Amino acid sequence: MGYPHKPDARETVILSEYFGDAGARTHAGWVERGGYKALKKALDMEPVAVTEIVKESGLRGRGGAGFPTGLKWSFMPKEKKGPHYLCCNADESEPGTFKDREIMRWTPHALIEGCAIAQYAIGAEICYIYIRGEFTEPLRIMQAALDEAYSEGVLGDNAMGSGKKLEMYIHRGAGAYICGEETAMMNSIEGFRGNPRIKPPFPASVGLFGMPTTINNVETLAAVPHILNRGAEWYNGLSLSNAKSSGSKLLSVCGNIRKPGNYEVTMGFPLKDLIYDLCGGMPEGRTLKAVIPGGSSVPILTKDEAESCLLDYEGCVEAGTMLGSGGVIVFDDSVDMVYQIMRLAKFYAHESCAQCTQCREGTAWTVRILERILAGKGTQDDLDLLLDLADQMTGKTICVLSDSCAVPVVSGITKFRDEFDAYISGAREPVLTHG
Amino acid sequence: MEETAEYQSVFVGAARQKLDDFLSIYPTRRAALLPALWIVQEERKWVSEDSMIEIAELLKITAAQVKGVVTFYTMYHKHPVGENFIQVCTTSPCNVSGAEDVVKALLEETGCGELGATSPDGKFTISEVECLGACGFATPIMVNDDFLENVTVDTVPGLVARYRDGEATA
Repeated sequence: MGYPHKPDARETVILSEYFGDAGARTHAGWVERGGYKALKKALDMEPVAVTEIVKESGLRGRGGAGFPTGLKWSFMPKEKKGPHYLCCNADESEPGTFKDREIMRWTPHALIEGCAIAQYAIGAEICYIYIRGEFTEPLRIMQAALDEAYSEGVLGDNAMGSGKKLEMYIHRGAGAYICGEETAMMNSIEGFRGNPRIKPPFPASVGLFGMPTTINNVETLAAVPHILNRGAEWYNGLSLSNAKSSGSKLLSVCGNIRKPGNYEVTMGFPLKDLIYDLCGGMPEGRTLKAVIPGGSSVPILTKDEAESCLLDYEGCVEAGTMLGSGGVIVFDDSVDMVYQIMRLAKFYAHESCAQCTQCREGTAWTVRILERILAGKGTQDDLDLLLDLADQMTGKTICVLSDSCAVPVVSGITKFRDEFDAYISGAREPVLTHG
Repeated sequence: MEETAEYQSVFVGAARQKLDDFLSIYPTRRAALLPALWIVQEERKWVSEDSMIEIAELLKITAAQVKGVVTFYTMYHKHPVGENFIQVCTTSPCNVSGAEDVVKALLEETGCGELGATSPDGKFTISEVECLGACGFATPIMVNDDFLENVTVDTVPGLVARYRDGEATA
């Protein structure tokens, strides 16, 4: 995707307004574009009033789970018995998703402002922004913006002259998808292996360094200043379908598509229009086969299901999938679904922290069985075995990585069974020699 | 575990200052472990057992605890790698956009032959990686700390030549 990206008239450009505008990266540039007004406004309010506005706006977590943000903030204890923490989840690694990277690359101060407002609302003097290790450019840009935010007095002992202390630091990850899971992230910041923790206790009571902690995604936090500036009612009114889903959503479109990239639309936007109108449809001579609309951890949609899916939390559930992170992976009719499902399973097998048996063994065996099928040595029993395995991997582990591996396997076998059958019957030539 | 006799400490001078800066932003010493490992990798290009022992002593944890963390995170090199360490994303969105062909072209062009092997001239090591988070810019690859987007079979020879000559920047 080239920059500057000229948005389609049907996009709702809020978070992406300055994508491609390098002038927005500096403190002065951000202030010129209306930045840090929202933080100033928030610091003049009672923290609980800030949380109320976010609650009323209907903002829900953009990292994948869709949990109401204001409600999450309200779980933090009102009386402080020690430090509170905010973690900004910038460990973007869900296959198909590349929106947080763009927010950090182009509008680092938007994220800093959002984090600072959230910190104030939840009484967290310290925020750690956890950025995945591979994001070398966003790391550089975020660090430069943070340095400037300190030198300009936005952060520090007397943030924006309010007398409040707001500190913010970057913690660089080192190549582990699982650290995007909030409790694994806390372990990673504390200097441990990124193993998820058993919940409860929930982070709002026992979180980072054992203290009350809130973890929010980059896109969620970047939306907060806009809500403070323009009001909860405005944000809540951005909804094309279901009132429970409001605001704008960045959708990262990739795979077999003419114009991949980030598109920002109002909640409830039709997936069909996103693919065919905004993104220019399939590559020359190809037709749509399947779509994974919310990052690789959500069920695969067939062409028909995709073409009637509305992109909000409820609309995706109705279509049999989830909005997740908004990473839209498009597959055309040239794609071998069995191979790609194996490839997704391989991702989860590689990224399993290996703590839970069902996940450690289940993800690895799922890959092996799929490879056996792709090598032409599979049987019909293997499909039953895969489904049984998927069942054993669902809802039985500390975190949902195991479930996420089972999801494409189950939806794949259910919806694209003929492709599996073709390898098993020998109608299709094996593509792997091992397995 | 003990450091070998000829081991030269990493955490002296500026590197030590960097670590001290990190120690000041966390309430525990151990929390500076990931940053400490990054400092070692920046200085030495990989993390040796000697360095793990050095870190353990500085952070007041055991060398085994350090090793447990080093082996968990894929970006820390446990062995020396070629001058240019190339990582290619081959997860599904990139996979359907030709990432496996990019891997083949890179293996051939660099002379590495196979994944994980270092080229005869010592210049390159190639590894497949899972999702680099730039799926709309398929195929993204990393060469050392450079993040390159939209790499295709056609652009491979040029980029390999640039890194071989040591004149490349992203």
